[in-house]
Amino acid sequence: MMDRKLKEKCIRSAFLFTASTSILVLALIMVFLFMEGMPIFQDYPPLKFLFGHEWYPTADPPDFGIFPLLVGSMLVTAASSAIAIPLGVMTAIYLAEIARPRVRGYVKPVVELLAALPSVVIGFFGMVLFAPFLQDVFDIPTGLNMFNAAVMLAFMSVPTICSISEDAIFSVPKELKEASLALGATHWETIRKVILPASLSGISTAVILGMSRAIGETMVVLMVAGGAAMVPSSLFSPVRPMPASIAAEMAEAPFRGDHYYALFATGIVLFLFTMIFNIVADTIANKHKQVGAATL
Amino acid sequence: MSTTGETAMSTTIAPAPAPAAARTKARADHRGGLGRRGLVEKTWFTLFRGAAVVNGLALLVICAFLAYNGLPAITWEFLTEVPRNSMTEGGIWPCIVGTAILACGAMIVAFPLGVASAIYLNEYATNPRLVRVIRLGINNLAGVPSVVFGLFGLAFFVTFMGLGVSTLAGVLTLGALVLPIIIRTAEEALRSVPDTYREASLGLGATKWQTISRVVLPAALPGMLTGSILGLSRAAGETAAIMFTAAVFFTPTMPSSIFSKVMALPYHIYVLATAGTEIEVTRPLQYGTALVLIALVLGMNLVAIWLRARLQKKL
Repeated sequence: MMDRKLKEKCIRSAFLFTASTSILVLALIMVFLFMEGMPIFQDYPPLKFLFGHEWYPTADPPDFGIFPLLVGSMLVTAASSAIAIPLGVMTAIYLAEIARPRVRGYVKPVVELLAALPSVVIGFFGMVLFAPFLQDVFDIPTGLNMFNAAVMLAFMSVPTICSISEDAIFSVPKELKEASLALGATHWETIRKVILPASLSGISTAVILGMSRAIGETMVVLMVAGGAAMVPSSLFSPVRPMPASIAAEMAEAPFRGDHYYALFATGIVLFLFTMIFNIVADTIANKHKQVGAATL
Repeated sequence: MSTTGETAMSTTIAPAPAPAAARTKARADHRGGLGRRGLVEKTWFTLFRGAAVVNGLALLVICAFLAYNGLPAITWEFLTEVPRNSMTEGGIWPCIVGTAILACGAMIVAFPLGVASAIYLNEYATNPRLVRVIRLGINNLAGVPSVVFGLFGLAFFVTFMGLGVSTLAGVLTLGALVLPIIIRTAEEALRSVPDTYREASLGLGATKWQTISRVVLPAALPGMLTGSILGLSRAAGETAAIMFTAAVFFTPTMPSSIFSKVMALPYHIYVLATAGTEIEVTRPLQYGTALVLIALVLGMNLVAIWLRARLQKKL
């Protein structure tokens, strides 16, 4: 009997140990990013790194100001959110509230397949079809610009926003909806004044995770954002967001040279961004967890 | 009838002789027409439907565009031969093999770890604090950008562990990347096993581990495999994570060991489309490669979706 209990204990510990792998990997990511990224600050001041406007890593002397990359990342993310949030939330409302079960059964897989498209394929599509299209329609020098990247990124974050929002909308207690309908509100009035407010925290989580996906996405911005390391002057300016810069330059950066360190440091900034996004999303999701109608 | 919305305010404040307009509206409500409110609802619902249609169109346009341009490039030779004449001719066989090895390798790494993590979280864990910390770790790992995984793979697997740019380094990096997906889907599968199964087994005197290994896992396995197909497809389409860890533009030989570099479909598309010497000449090859990649990835996803629908019917 004792033996059996001991065995159970061992198994339990083994599982706990394996379950910690994710945390271990996350910790290793942080440790190694910092290890390879911090040396840049030995001879390049952090403030100049973050707010310097010049990114000329191969010039002599080199300049490692990532401000244009940072702004590029933020603006592309903002622009793509402007498209993805309405599109994602509206599709979620459609799926959760309006679509008949049979239609839902077809539309939901479409959203999932959209999520499954490899980013390099979306980037390729943006390059060969959408860029020439933009060039013609808006009569601009290049179709590879911030707007193109924003649209392509939007289609990558819509599935995230949509599926999490849909879960949130779906989990609103039925009584709330029924009460509102019974009081004579139309279905739309019920959605707007009862269901959406009740699922707001879930939708916020969805939006933040969608934005986090957009800011970290690499291949799309690498292929279609245009690649100019300048603070953009318009929606149709080419930009060079952080992930694009890392991916494009890592191959030619001399191993453990300043450029290499600077790219890792850019990785740290990117990592911190997405981590903050994720922690905020997690906090919202946990704090405002909907447990029955009583908590409203 | 109308007690909510802006229209309700006027009727409750001034109950006596109702304005003619309100009366007509109320009548319209009763007739089921709902007047302006109905119109507002219709407009919004059309917009929502439109949003869903936009998503479908996006998928359709991308697939149709690639199929239209890529199909002419797909020949038996294209699929089974190695690239020739500095990548401007020949096929993509090494890339297909490379992608298969990378994706399957990543699953071999991530599947046991992910399933074990899910078992702990769903079956064993009792301390809510600990669970919350582990979950936070998983969620954050899921949110790490793929290029950061690439940097990590370069710093840790390639440099620190001394694996060099190799298949193994790529497999391990991709394994870390798909781990959260495996955990999430495995947990879903475990949750869908009814508690009565566990209670029946425990009631017969089985230990917790016996219950899990002989009752819960067999019941959850189909769901877990469905999830692992999704992980497989994610790993197959990943580019940024293998750029610095495993992939090369061209190797003259097929991968011979886990320490050799590989060619992979996503990376092949990227390089041909952006950095190749003759971007226009290789366009057909790019379309063909992209078509093969999405056919592979969407095919796996469709299988997963179909399997899941079947499983749900069964339960």
